[in-house]
Amino acid sequence: MTIEPLQITVETLFPNGISHYAAGGLLIGLGVTIIYAATGIIAGASTFLESTWSYVSKVSRFNKPKYLASRDWRVVFAVGIVAGAAAYALTLGAGGWTTDVQLWRLFVGGVLVGIGTRVGKGCTSGHGVCGVGSGSNTSFVNVATFLAFAIGTAQLVAALGVSP
Amino acid sequence: MSERSPLFHGVILLGGLVFGFGLGLSQMARPEVVLDFLQFEDFGLLFVMGGGAVVTAVTFAVVPRVLDRAPLTGDTFRKRVKSFDRNVVIGGSIFGIGWGLSGICPGAAYASLGIGNYPILVAIGGMFIGAYAQGYWRSYRQQTETTVTPAD
Repeated sequence: MTIEPLQITVETLFPNGISHYAAGGLLIGLGVTIIYAATGIIAGASTFLESTWSYVSKVSRFNKPKYLASRDWRVVFAVGIVAGAAAYALTLGAGGWTTDVQLWRLFVGGVLVGIGTRVGKGCTSGHGVCGVGSGSNTSFVNVATFLAFAIGTAQLVAALGVSP
Repeated sequence: MSERSPLFHGVILLGGLVFGFGLGLSQMARPEVVLDFLQFEDFGLLFVMGGGAVVTAVTFAVVPRVLDRAPLTGDTFRKRVKSFDRNVVIGGSIFGIGWGLSGICPGAAYASLGIGNYPILVAIGGMFIGAYAQGYWRSYRQQTETTVTPAD
């Protein structure tokens, strides 16, 4: 009985265990490693949202030399992510699923993610995984900021009774 | 960028495949799981970002010591340099609100599509619109700042 409280705490914190979370995180890091070791490129996911516009838009921001030089491989990287996740769904992932989160949340949230990641110079992979792994103070500040605002927003929306 | 090996895009694709498989396995591609994390119902996602960051930390420390140049591009290994300014905080705040509202971030959204979660296209469309809006606005502002001088 004396060790029960600790057990309950761990189960409360991690009701679904931690192994698939940790294994997924290690693979995400391995994907970054493969690209970095072979090419020297530190790949993030959100620049794709801007560099891809350069194929169809003349807006100067999207046509920076840096974006023009990287837009092709960023498309290849995104295609790889889609295909890799499909491979997961068809093997360990039990065939996939669809979300029940309301469409307006996905859309409005998506617009804000598109603005925020590009103004803030990175996202969960660029700042969160690569930047933190580089020991970058800029990334630590960005991650702390987006985590705090995400927690606040999700809790507020839930408190207002919006679900899911 | 210097001479590129023909293998270049193949390796990018391979990295993307592993990255995407990991995103699927980690459940981060599922908005409900992200929202559970943000609502303190399941802290497992800490191990996703943590696990990924541990691997990249080792990689960024070890690879430049073992290799002089990247084999497929001939480039030297540099650190990820992103300068700090107020945009890092402003952008992070906007991103956080969007992530907390939708439960989805860019890489996870592409992975979610691969899993067959077609409603995520609404979020991806929103991300492209948001990225376009900020790029248009910044380009417009830069233009007016350089061409228009205040006359009053």
